[in-house]
Amino acid sequence: MQLTLEFGGGLELLCDSVKVHNVKVDMPKGAEKLIMKDLLGWVRTNLIKERPEMFMKGDTVRPGVLVLVNDCDWELSGQLDTTLEEKDVVVFISTLHGG
Amino acid sequence: MEPNGHDEASRILHELQSLKATKSDIDRRISALESQLRHLNLQNGTVPNPITAAHHDLTPEMIHRYSRHLLLPSFGVKAQSNLINSSILVVGAGGLGSPALLYLAACGAGRLGIVDHDVVELNNMHRQVIHTEVFIGQPKVKSAATTCRSINSSVQIVEHHEALRTSNALEIFNQYDVIVDATDNAPSRYMISDCCVLLGKPLVSGAALGLEGQLTVYNYNGGPCYRCLFPTPPPTAACQRCADSGVLGVVPGIIGCLQALEAIKIASAVGEPLSGRMLLFDALAARIRIVKIRGRSPQCEACGENATFTQQQFREFDYEKFTQSPLTPSPLKLELLQSDSRISSKEYHDRVANGEAHVLVDVRPAHHFKIVSLPKSLNIPLPSLEARLPEISSALKEEEERNGSSSAKLYVICRRGNDSQRAVQNLHKLGFTSARDIVGGLESWAHDVDSNFPTY
Ligand SMILES: [Zn+2]
Repeated sequence: MQLTLEFGGGLELLCDSVKVHNVKVDMPKGAEKLIMKDLLGWVRTNLIKERPEMFMKGDTVRPGVLVLVNDCDWELSGQLDTTLEEKDVVVFISTLHGG
Repeated sequence: MEPNGHDEASRILHELQSLKATKSDIDRRISALESQLRHLNLQNGTVPNPITAAHHDLTPEMIHRYSRHLLLPSFGVKAQSNLINSSILVVGAGGLGSPALLYLAACGAGRLGIVDHDVVELNNMHRQVIHTEVFIGQPKVKSAATTCRSINSSVQIVEHHEALRTSNALEIFNQYDVIVDATDNAPSRYMISDCCVLLGKPLVSGAALGLEGQLTVYNYNGGPCYRCLFPTPPPTAACQRCADSGVLGVVPGIIGCLQALEAIKIASAVGEPLSGRMLLFDALAARIRIVKIRGRSPQCEACGENATFTQQQFREFDYEKFTQSPLTPSPLKLELLQSDSRISSKEYHDRVANGEAHVLVDVRPAHHFKIVSLPKSLNIPLPSLEARLPEISSALKEEEERNGSSSAKLYVICRRGNDSQRAVQNLHKLGFTSARDIVGGLESWAHDVDSNFPTY
C-alpha cells in the first residue's frame, strides 16, 4: 500500500532529518487491512534511525506527539485501530513549546 | 601625554549609556503625558453631539483611527465597538508576544495586559520586534508597554511585571476576556490552560521553534483544552528551547500575528476562531496545513465531564514537578565530575600562556563550532566522540613531539560546561584518565578571560 508519511516538530530528526517519506507498506501476513498499530511498528523498524523512545512509548506514540491521518486527529478515527487506505497521508508531529 | 585609547573608549561608552538612559526616561515621560492628554480629550469628546449622534460609542477620533476597520462590511462598527470594550492578556513579551502586542495595541483592544518577568537582551532582538535597543537590560514589560502606548495611546496598557505562578494567575486572568499564551515552556502552557478552564476564558495558544510554528484556540465553544490534547506531559528531552535549538526570527513573528488575529476575532465576535483545528506552519517548505483535532475530551482531568479540578487545587498544583521542567527555564548546570577533573577558564588561559603541551577538544556540534571557537581547538561533536578517539590520540602524540614533552594534557570544552563533563566522563571510561573539562565552557572564557569573545 502506497502511503505518504510526514514528520514534524523535531520528530524528523529521528529519521535522518527527512520530513516526507513516500513509502510502500505491506499488509501484515494473513490480514485483510492495514491499521495504524501496524504502521507504527513499521515506522519504528524502517524509518526511525535513533532514540526510538522519542517516537514511541509502549505500543503507541509518546506523549506530546499528535498523529494526523489525512489532516485529521487520529483520536477521531479510532487511534491505533484506524484503518489505512491507499495513498493516505499520515503526519506525526511533536508539539512545540518555544516562543 | 597621549590620552589612553582604552580609557577614552570606556568614557564614551559610559556617556553613551547615561545618555541612552536619560533618553528612555524622557521617552517614557512623553508617552505618559501624551496618554494623559489623549485621555482628557477623549473625555471631552464623549459629550453627545446631536449632529453626529450614531448607534455606537466610537468617538470622532476613533472613527478616524479605525476607519479601515469600519469600512470592512464583515467587521464594521459593531466588531470595532466589541473590540474597544474588550480586554486581552498576553502572557510573554517575547518572540510570539511582540508582534501579537503590536497588532493588539494598534487594532484598539480596550485594555491590553502584558505579563513577563524577563529583561530585554541583545540576542532577543532578532525576533522580539517590540523592543528597541535603548531597553536592553530593562524589563520586557516596560519596554513592550512603552511601544504599545506610542502606537495607540487610547488603549489602556496594564503592566504585570512578574512571573506567572499558580499564586497570581487566577487573579490576573480574572481581569481579562481573552488570554494569549505566548510563553516558551511546557509547565507554563499547562498552567495557563488549566487557569483558563477554571475561569472559562478562551485561550489563543501559539508556539514556534526553529523553522516551524503551531497555533490553535483552546477552551472555546466546546473545543478542547490543552490537557484534552496532551493529557500526559512530553519527556523533557522533547522540549527544545529557542536558546538551544535556534529559531528564525520571522517564524514566531508569523505565529504571533496569527495569535493577534484569533484574539481579535474572539474579542470582536467575528469569523470562525481556530477552535477544534490546529494550524501547522513549516517555513522551509512554505506550507501551512490546518488539521482537525479532537473536541473536548469527556475524560479530561481539567475540563472533562467528571473533572473535579478546583481553584484551590490549581493554587497548590506543582506544574514544574508535573512536567519535570522549570517555569522559568535557565541553562542547565551539571556537576558530574570531581573538582580534580576540571579546571577554570582562567587556569586554562594561564597554562596556554605558559606554553603547556596540550590538546583542546571542543565537543559542540559542528554548526556551533563555526560560529566561534578557541584557537587550535579540535572539534569532535559529543555524539561522535567514541568513533573519533584515534584523532585525539594522534593529536596528543603530535603535540608531545612538537613540544618535546612526555605527556600532553587533554582538555575538553563546550558552550556552557555540561557536554564537556559528559565527554570527560566518557573519556575516563575509554582510557583517557587524565582528561579534564573547562568549567563553564566558552561562556566562562568570555566572562572571565576575554570579554571580546562572542557569546551566543
Ligand atoms: Zn480538557
